[in-house]
Order: sequence, then structure tokens, then C-alpha cells
Amino acid sequence: MLRYILQRLILIPILLIIFSIMVFALVQAPPGDFLTSYIATLASTGSSLNQETIAMLEHQFGLDQPVHIQYLRWMQNLLRGDLGLSLEYQLPNAELINDRLGLTLILALFAFVFTWVMAIPIGIYSATHRNTILDYLVTVVNYTGVAIPNFMLALILMWFAYSQFGLSVTGLFSRDFEQAPWSIAKGIDLLKHIWLPMIVIGLAGTARLTRVMRANLLDELNKPYIVSGRARGLSEWQLVMKYPVRLAINPLVSTIGWYLPELFSGSLIVATVMNLQNIGPLLLRSLINQDMYLAGAILMIYCFLAIIGTLISDILLAWLDPRIRMEKA
Amino acid sequence: MVTQIHPLIKPANDLTREPLLRVEDLKAYFFMDEGIVRAVDGVSFDVMPGKVVGIVGESGCGKSVTMKAILQILEAGAKIVNGKVTLRSRIHHGDPNSAEELIELTHLHPNSRQMRRIRGAEIALIPQEPMAAFSPVHTVGNQIMETILLHQDVSKKEARQIAIDVFRAVGISMPEQRIDSYSWQLSGGLRQRAIIAMALSCNPRLLIADEPTTAIDVTTQAQILKLLRKLQEERQTSIIFITHDLGVIAQMADEVVVMYLGMVMEKGSAMKIFKDAQHPYTQALLRSIPSVQSHPRVKLPTIAGSIAHPFNRPKGCPFHPRCTHFMRGVCDASQPHLVEVDEDHFVSCFLYSEADGTKKMTKTGAALAKEESL
Ligand SMILES: Nc1ncnc2c1ncn2[C@@H]1O[C@H](COP(=O)(O)OP(=O)(O)O)[C@@H](O)[C@H]1O
Ligand code: SF4
Ligand SMILES: [Mg+2]
Repeated sequence: MLRYILQRLILIPILLIIFSIMVFALVQAPPGDFLTSYIATLASTGSSLNQETIAMLEHQFGLDQPVHIQYLRWMQNLLRGDLGLSLEYQLPNAELINDRLGLTLILALFAFVFTWVMAIPIGIYSATHRNTILDYLVTVVNYTGVAIPNFMLALILMWFAYSQFGLSVTGLFSRDFEQAPWSIAKGIDLLKHIWLPMIVIGLAGTARLTRVMRANLLDELNKPYIVSGRARGLSEWQLVMKYPVRLAINPLVSTIGWYLPELFSGSLIVATVMNLQNIGPLLLRSLINQDMYLAGAILMIYCFLAIIGTLISDILLAWLDPRIRMEKA
Repeated sequence: MVTQIHPLIKPANDLTREPLLRVEDLKAYFFMDEGIVRAVDGVSFDVMPGKVVGIVGESGCGKSVTMKAILQILEAGAKIVNGKVTLRSRIHHGDPNSAEELIELTHLHPNSRQMRRIRGAEIALIPQEPMAAFSPVHTVGNQIMETILLHQDVSKKEARQIAIDVFRAVGISMPEQRIDSYSWQLSGGLRQRAIIAMALSCNPRLLIADEPTTAIDVTTQAQILKLLRKLQEERQTSIIFITHDLGVIAQMADEVVVMYLGMVMEKGSAMKIFKDAQHPYTQALLRSIPSVQSHPRVKLPTIAGSIAHPFNRPKGCPFHPRCTHFMRGVCDASQPHLVEVDEDHFVSCFLYSEADGTKKMTKTGAALAKEESL
């Protein structure tokens, strides 16, 4: 088990290097750079920068260097824990991200818990009450949940809340609390607002996970060990909870790996639509403005989360399933 | 204490001459979109205390479904549509000196507490696929202890001790360590023993062994059969032993029930079935088992034709499309009934019975069938 984890840990830096090259290539890919789009913006408003300032800025951000040198400098800084300066905000990227990280994490956590808390019991119910009306209903809702883009759902729910209850449900805080320092009242205000984005962001995942849970469980319910358990006098409830559910959850655990980063990035459009102060809109803006070091920093965090998520799900899986645990011992 | 007399339960007076289990005209059907599968269509037999009843028939003839119907653990979509299953049950399950009562299992709800208390404690099952009968993510000990804790009033520690003891009883060495293994860590033979241990852990009086030796090699198979025989003698457990292999039945059973397409073709003492088989199907089965003398490479005669598709069962005698004694206008017109051809020997065939279900007076049919089979 320990060796298994160590092997995984050794892989992390290698993966990060590969991802960093890909990320850099991506943020670097659009024609032009921050300065050209910045100059274009200024020009459209009638003002301009003189050549000297441009050259100075180019040099400061290393934009006058060849790409591979730019990459190496960026990596060097990353390794020192320096995420660089945002071209647009002229602030350290770490600070910009840090400001929004807390809310991003809270929202992701809520959405994640919502997904699991809903998906597992519904999946169990659906599988054990197969072909009942409720099962069909769940299936229909699931298909809808997977098919509707979540920003669309956000718009529909926002419109519904506004037209039916006169509620304006954008943002994560009431106006009074938006700039206020953290307090219990602000926390409560957050809870009052977070449920809608939580549902919007979590719903597609819930639908998908419910389907996976139902399918896994249906598979397990036909296994001979079920007959064996029934023949030993276990009640249906004891039987289903102890054996097949336990086995059906294993494949769900392996979805944590890709689900974690998706919760962060999947909220990008939703967050913009709903005006949530998390990382999503920051990334979107940095990509549009070619604020490449900020975009790069955020994307690297996503990659890191993906790797960590996979590691967590691998470890959980090994811990849950003795067949994996012992094989990899 | 006031004794409450349950309407389904006879008072516990002299039950010693009653069979331990009596199955009467049991029918269990699968209701599917494509139609009805009459998997079990009128099966009757008795299991006497301390005896081994062998149930034999080609695969798909309804042996497993019969057992699931007795235990009331049929899959969703399957139902008992007729018949009566009566168990001579101990009032205190697991206690060898307990008073007894007769319980009609077919009157109990499948999920009722009483039915669940009987499963595992009075009737235990060694399932058809023993390799998959354990959950792969729980230790075998965990699953055996679970059964013990379910049916007996003992502590966890005592349950573990009982599990270790029963592991030892089925000949598993180092039971203290093996109890904590997962099923997939055990060899085929050990897993088989572990399954038997699980079934025996609550001292059931009836053991249903559903093809317990199909998936293992011949040497292990012989050991397992010997073990079952030994345990059966020591504990005086009754066994319903299911197999498609008459050769195995010969080593195990006191009584034999021959099934075909959900019906009993012939039943009687093992002696009668092996020495004096009357039904053409039984005779054909007997011809297809390798005898001790025959050269192992010699191709055995197999029964011509194949078992009918469950949806279109032949009209009349279910065996008639394959029967060498088929009588047009008789065998395909109506179903024969079981008639007693000899003491404790029943056959369902028009060679021995009239269309109205009475026994044929002349023995010519039987004599004819036997002559031809020689
Ligand atoms: N789950 C099921 N659904 C539909 N039909 C079934 C099911 N299980 C068994 N059957 C049918 O019942 C018949 C008897 O099966 P079974 O009792 O398993 O045979 P065997 O004698 O080999 O144990 C077969 O024809 C099979 O088609
Ligand atoms: S009833 Fe007819 S078809 Fe059936 S076994 Fe007897 S002789 Fe053969
Ligand atoms: Mg079977």
C-alpha cells in the first residue's frame, strides 16, 4: 500500500512538467500577446502608448524573448512558488487567485457534497425499485440533467426565482455583505445564496453519478453472493446496504479524480452568468485579455487538482477494495 | 407461558414420522415480457430426517428454481403459483433438543421475519456458484460471523470462535488465519469448504447443495463429496443434493428424484433408480454416465435431441420429442401422472399409466421399456 502511494507521488512532478508545457503552449497559442490586445483596446478609445513604454513593458514581462526562454523563466518562477504578475491587474497572480480561492473551494465543496448526497440514495432507490414510476421519473430527470447545459439551467432558475418569488439570486452575497469582512452574519448570508449555484453546478454531476450508481448496483444485484446472502436470512435492506452498495460505490470513487477539477472549471460560465466571485470569471477574463501568466497560473492549479484528485481516488479505491489493496501491496 | 397456536402451525406433538420437508405439487413460473416460463411445474417429494435426496436432471430443468422456491428467494418476476412446502421446524432454531412444529413455508411472506429466521438456521443453501457466493470485499469470516450473529444469541467474540470451529470441522487447516482471508485468496477446494462451513455455521437440519462440485477438479470433487457425506453422518443433517451427474448421485443419495422440464419423471430409493429404472428418460440418463469399467475415452451415448426451449414446451409428456418409446396420439395428447409402480417408486410415463392417471394393470409397458434399454 505504502509503495503504491509512493509510486504515485513520484509521478506527480513528471506529470506537472508535462502539463506545464501544454498549458504554456495553450495560453501562448492565440496570435499576438497581452500588449497587442492592450494597445488595440487603448487605440479603440483613442489613446495610445509610446514606443518606449511598450518596449519597457515587453522587457519587464519577457515578451521580447523567444517562446522557450519565456517558458523556462515562467517555470523557474513557478518552482520558486512565484505565480508571476498579472499583466492586466498589475497585481501578483497569487493574490488575485487567493482572494477568490476560498469562495471557489466552498462552492465546489457544497456542489460535491450535494452531488454525492443526492446521487447515492437516488441511485440505490432507482436500482432497487427498478421499472417503477419513480424509477422512470428519475431516469427522465437524469437525462434532462445531463443534457441541459448548466448555464442554461442557471438562467432558467434565476428567471424562475425572480418571476415567481421576486428573488434576485445572483452573486453569493447580499449587497450589504459583499465588501464586509468575514463574520457569522456574512456566513449565514452566504448559505442563503449558495444553494442555487450549488444546485446548478452540482446537477449535471448528480445526474451522471445517479446513472452510474444505478447501473453499478443493478450489475451487483444479479451476483450470486446476493442469492447466498438472501439464503442466509439477511433482510433485503441489510443485504443491499452491506454488499452491493458497497461494491457499487467503488467505481464512483474513481470519478472523484476528474470531478474535482471539473467543479472548479465547470463553474466558469455559470459563475459568469450568476456573477459569482470565484475563480471561474477570473479565468475567463484572463483568457479573453491574453493575460497569459494569470491564465497559466489558474490552469496549472487545475492540473494540480486533477492530479491530486486522481491520487485521492486511487488511494480511496485501494482502501475500499481489498482486491486492489493487496495486489498493489 | 401461554402457548399461542398459530393457524399454520400444528401443535408440537408426535412429528417424528413426518418428513423434515414435504414439497407438494410446487409450481413456480417466470412472468416475462416474452411469455411465461414454467420453470417448475408440479414437483413433489419428501425429505426424511437424516437422509440425502438427490435431484438430477439436465441443466435448465428447474432444479435451482425449485430450491429457490422452497426458500422463497425467487428473483423478481418469478412467483410460486401453486403448491405447498411444509417444514418440520425446531421452535428454537439451532437447538438440537428443541420442540418442533410444522410450518407451511408457502404461507409465509418471503420477506417475513419468520421466513428469514428459517433461511440459514433451519435450511441452509450451498449455492450453485460457490466461487462467487462470497462478496469479494468482505472477508469470509466476516460473512460467516454475520450469519451466526443473525441467528444466534452470541457475542462477536463467540461468533468468531464458532466460525473458527466450523472451519476446522470442514477440514480447513489454520482456521484462525484463514477466517480473515478474502474468498479470492483461497484455492478452489478451500473456498468450497468455506462455503460449506458458512452453510453449516448455524446447525441447519436441512442442507441444500446446488451442484456443489461442478466447478472443481475431480480430485477435489471426491474430497468434497467425502466431506459432505461425513458431516451428514456426524450431524444427521438432511441434504438435498442437486446435480446433473447421476454418477455423483450414486455416491451420495438415499432417495433420487429425476426431473425434466420442471416436472418429476421418476422418483424412488437410490437402489430402485439405479437397479430398476422405469422411465425412458432415467434409462437414457443412466446409459450416458461413464461406468467404472468403461474406458474413459469411449464416447458415451448421449440423449438424442436437446432440451426444449422454455417458452414452447411440448404438449403432453415433456420428454416425448426425444423419447424412443413415443406413442403417437398418447404421449403428445396429455400429460402422464406419477404412479407408484412399486413400493416407494414412482414413474410418470404412459408406459405405466392410463390417460386418466390410473396405473396400468399390465406390466407389459415396463417390461418392454426395460428390454429395449438393455
Ligand atoms: N432469472 C430467470 N429469468 C427467467 N427464466 C429463468 C431464470 N432463472 C431460470 N430460468 C428458467 O427456469 C428454468 C430452470 O432453470 P434452473 O432451475 O436454473 O435450471 P437447473 O436445473 O439447471 O438448475 C430454465 O429453463 C430457465 O430458462
Ligand atoms: S410418456 Fe411417452 S413420451 Fe413420455 S416418457 Fe413415457 S413413453 Fe416416452
Ligand atoms: Mg441450477
